[in-house]
Amino acid sequence: MRSASGLGWHLIRGWALLVYVFMFLPVAVVVLLSFNASQFGSFPMTGLSFRWFVELAENEAILRAFETSIVLGLLTSIISTTLGVLASLALVRYRVPGANAISTLLIAPILVPEVVLAVALLLFLNFLGIHKSFALLLFGHVIFTLPFVILVVQARLVGIKREVEEAALSLGANPVQTFFQITLPLMLPAVLAGALFAFTISFDDITGTLFWKPGGVETIPTQIFAMLRNSISPEINALGTVMIVMTVGLPLLGVAVARRLAQRSGG
Amino acid sequence: MSSVVLKNIVKRFGSYTAVHPSDLEIQEGDFVTLLGPSGCGKTTTLRMIAGLLDPSEGEILIGGKRVNDVPIHKRNLGIVFQNYALFPHKTVADNVAFGLKYRNVSKDEIARRVEEALNLVQLPHVGGRYPKELSGGQQQRIALARAIVIEPDVLLLDEPLSALDANLREDMRVELKRIQHQIGVTTVFVTHDQSEALAMSDRIVVMSGGRIEQVGTPEEVYNRPRSEFVANFLGASNILDGVCRERGAETATLEVPLFGTVPVPQDKAAGISDGPAKLVLRAEKLTLMDARADITGMIAADATVETVDYQGQTVRYFVRAGDRSFQAINMINERPFPEGSAVKIAFRSQDCAALPG
Ligand SMILES: Nc1ncnc2c1ncn2[C@@H]1O[C@H](COP(=O)(O)OP(=O)(O)O)[C@@H](O)[C@H]1O
Ligand SMILES: [Mg+2]
Repeated sequence: MRSASGLGWHLIRGWALLVYVFMFLPVAVVVLLSFNASQFGSFPMTGLSFRWFVELAENEAILRAFETSIVLGLLTSIISTTLGVLASLALVRYRVPGANAISTLLIAPILVPEVVLAVALLLFLNFLGIHKSFALLLFGHVIFTLPFVILVVQARLVGIKREVEEAALSLGANPVQTFFQITLPLMLPAVLAGALFAFTISFDDITGTLFWKPGGVETIPTQIFAMLRNSISPEINALGTVMIVMTVGLPLLGVAVARRLAQRSGG
Repeated sequence: MSSVVLKNIVKRFGSYTAVHPSDLEIQEGDFVTLLGPSGCGKTTTLRMIAGLLDPSEGEILIGGKRVNDVPIHKRNLGIVFQNYALFPHKTVADNVAFGLKYRNVSKDEIARRVEEALNLVQLPHVGGRYPKELSGGQQQRIALARAIVIEPDVLLLDEPLSALDANLREDMRVELKRIQHQIGVTTVFVTHDQSEALAMSDRIVVMSGGRIEQVGTPEEVYNRPRSEFVANFLGASNILDGVCRERGAETATLEVPLFGTVPVPQDKAAGISDGPAKLVLRAEKLTLMDARADITGMIAADATVETVDYQGQTVRYFVRAGDRSFQAINMINERPFPEGSAVKIAFRSQDCAALPG
């Protein structure tokens, strides 16, 4: 009995391990190969080298894509976070008529498949006679990342007692001062988390970006996609490694910062 | 001069009226308590004074000026909430200093006044700590310090003691009264606890169902209730239906079942005229006596003890006389009367009050 259940657990553990290996092995391989000295982006490893990172840094197209991605990510993050915070405040703190409907509408982009959202937005703008542009791309990314910001910020805001803000008001702080002195510091961890979410999602996004980007503009993901069509260059491995560092490292950093803040503010 | 005046104030939430037309005047320096059961509109009234709720109708005056259109942050009020509502991300000293930052007070002056306020609430050494590092009672003291350091025109407290445990609550009650007395700030205190209200207030505003039932000193609302609700809410009362036979200069003579004629003193029979009237017999004023005891000067009836609720120094009896039950709370000299014993229940006519029937 006991050994049978023990065996069962071993099997489950083994299976879980396999799943993780299956998921992370390709990632590990990419990272490993990005340091490969060979000029083919595949095994065997012929030596350890940073040459592909150097080539990456000298590749005009990639640098441009990198810049685009960073700028797009930052702008998306700033706009999404600002709008998300305002929307959360309105939904949680003020009794807006139809708050539930608005809330659903704002969260909807998470539920709709990205392709559908991408095509819909494109068709809509075509209908309005608006051409593709960087602004449109940014608009798309904002719509797409906004729900994440709202979900995170709203959850936090619900936990901040209204009395704390009322106390600040009663002591002479006007509503704006109360927001910056009390509400914002208390929800800062959530705001930072939302901003990071927005940045990484924008930085990673390819589906919507392919539909919305104007000709000649590439982000890192679309650049990789384009490069893959020609050949599998080891540069792509190096680029992949950079992407992994950014999209995994940033949130980790963010979580650490948020923890520190939360500790200091006493939760 | 009146510090706070409510003129015909009404608050509706949709079609529900939480506060019916009410008038109230609060004198400068008074400690006034809004007392009533949960849901009777105390918080709503307090929040209208604070500026956290707009009245649906009526006027609010503070220091003689109409403040209906003055937003809360310009009213100069100190508010203490039930759940303390300290700023969790600021130190105790920064919490207390918060209101002073918006009042053109110099840095040195802020430091001095924060220290003074912390001394006043007897927590001089916690300035550097965060609220979560303090106990509930300490947090409530800091909340009080934060509210009074700005020298508010009115101090508003919404059930500030009810989150504390019983012993601490009694200490804080004394403490709060001492501080209020010391700084002399006009105070509006909300509670559903009658003993808190009786112990602390200069005046009590008894509320029920969104209406003000009676306003008076603790002694007045306790001894001279103006309604059945007030008589029952402030301690237990026995209320007998009777008839007023004669309205004299000194007394109103009531006739009630069991006890016969009762001359109720004039000042406790306000608003009584000939016809149906009610006699209020406080449980504390109804004394159980031996069935053969001498009852001269008292009004008495025969009764049987039904239930004995022993409470240490006092005992609460439920006795049956005629076809109804009475409640009596007596001090114990020796042993309480056992259940089932035949007794007399007696009272002095000057201890009763009369209500219109
Ligand atoms: N924002 C609100 N919306 C609707 N009804 C409310 C609101 N605030 C209070 N009420 C109602 O008004 C009544 C009085 O509430 P309140 O003043 O909080 O009572 P108390 O403080 O005496 O317990 C209650 O019945 C309560 O349900
Ligand atoms: Mg209340």
